[in-house]
Amino acid sequence: MADPMKIRATVAGDATEVKVLMSHEMETGQRKDAQGKTIPAWFIQSVTAAWNGKTVLSAQWGPAISKNPFLSFKFEGGAKGDKVKVTWIDNKGETRTDEATIG
Amino acid sequence: MSSTMRAAVAAVVLACTAPIVLAQGSTEKGIEQYRQALKEGNPAELWEARGEDLWKRKRGPKNVSLEQCDLGQGPGVVRGAYAHLPRYFADTDKVQDAESRLVTCMVTLQGFKEEDAKKNPFSAPGRHSDMEALTSYVAAESKGMKLNAPLAHPKEREAFELGDYLFHRRAGPHDYSCSTCHAESGKRIRLQELPALTDPGEAQKVFTTWPAYRVSQGSVRTMQHRLYDCYWQMRHPQLDFASDTATALMVYMAKFANGGEVHAPALKR
Repeated sequence: MADPMKIRATVAGDATEVKVLMSHEMETGQRKDAQGKTIPAWFIQSVTAAWNGKTVLSAQWGPAISKNPFLSFKFEGGAKGDKVKVTWIDNKGETRTDEATIG
Repeated sequence: MSSTMRAAVAAVVLACTAPIVLAQGSTEKGIEQYRQALKEGNPAELWEARGEDLWKRKRGPKNVSLEQCDLGQGPGVVRGAYAHLPRYFADTDKVQDAESRLVTCMVTLQGFKEEDAKKNPFSAPGRHSDMEALTSYVAAESKGMKLNAPLAHPKEREAFELGDYLFHRRAGPHDYSCSTCHAESGKRIRLQELPALTDPGEAQKVFTTWPAYRVSQGSVRTMQHRLYDCYWQMRHPQLDFASDTATALMVYMAKFANGGEVHAPALKR
């Protein structure tokens, strides 16, 4: 199973700032290994973030995103103690969901 | 030509000559800004988390965790340990750094064979290294503390002398020594500044940043790896992981870096 994400969520005025670190290889499918064989593409395709069950961010990602990606975004609303849940799905169908409490 | 036009022309001419002087400074400033921006999203935190899990998980033939490992501050004390390494350990009668000490704990506590504990110190694409994760965790537990590697024990003095000798001894097909690159301020390889490691001001800033996440390698790299890579770059014989040679060089460098704040695991190019 994929390694856990690191999620930090803090209230900033009337918005909440969320910072997410994900652990993923993010292979583009363009690279070759030492034997000259193409390393198959393997990257996160979809990212969603939900605040108390309501989707606040939905993104489609491609191979141009870096390895071990860092995502930072803000959404309106959110209070201390609320839950933020982030989910990613990659092109192999692997998925990972982690939750953080807004601080 | 109006006076404003003339002033503009003069400004353009100035701008053309100035970059030669400014280029280096502004590039380094740019890199500094880039580092600042990425600091809060340092992927090394993923290594720290994995390292903490490895530290606490029961592993090895004896199926025990590393929680009783003595990193110099007593069994089980991780907090602040990295800031006081390398140092002399009575049980092994050796001066050890964080990584060679972790090897010792994996052998004595968890029952790993020494060659197994040392087998995978540096990760490669598709292959994690437990050592990189564990070292990240241990180093992070000293964040913000001042480096204070001891140099009182005769063995520590001995290691320092050996490190001093190795640091300055030119060898290999390129006739290089560590000091060729790292004993003078203002040197660079391409855009990478080379710190003068015998200058406390510079050593304090960089020695304390390892282990670090290297963006170009997509992984955390440790001080052992930095030395291994320097040896490779100098075309010296391969530096063995957790060897006395590596530790001696660290003891030597730590003397100048002492007093610097631990920023590890940092984020680097």
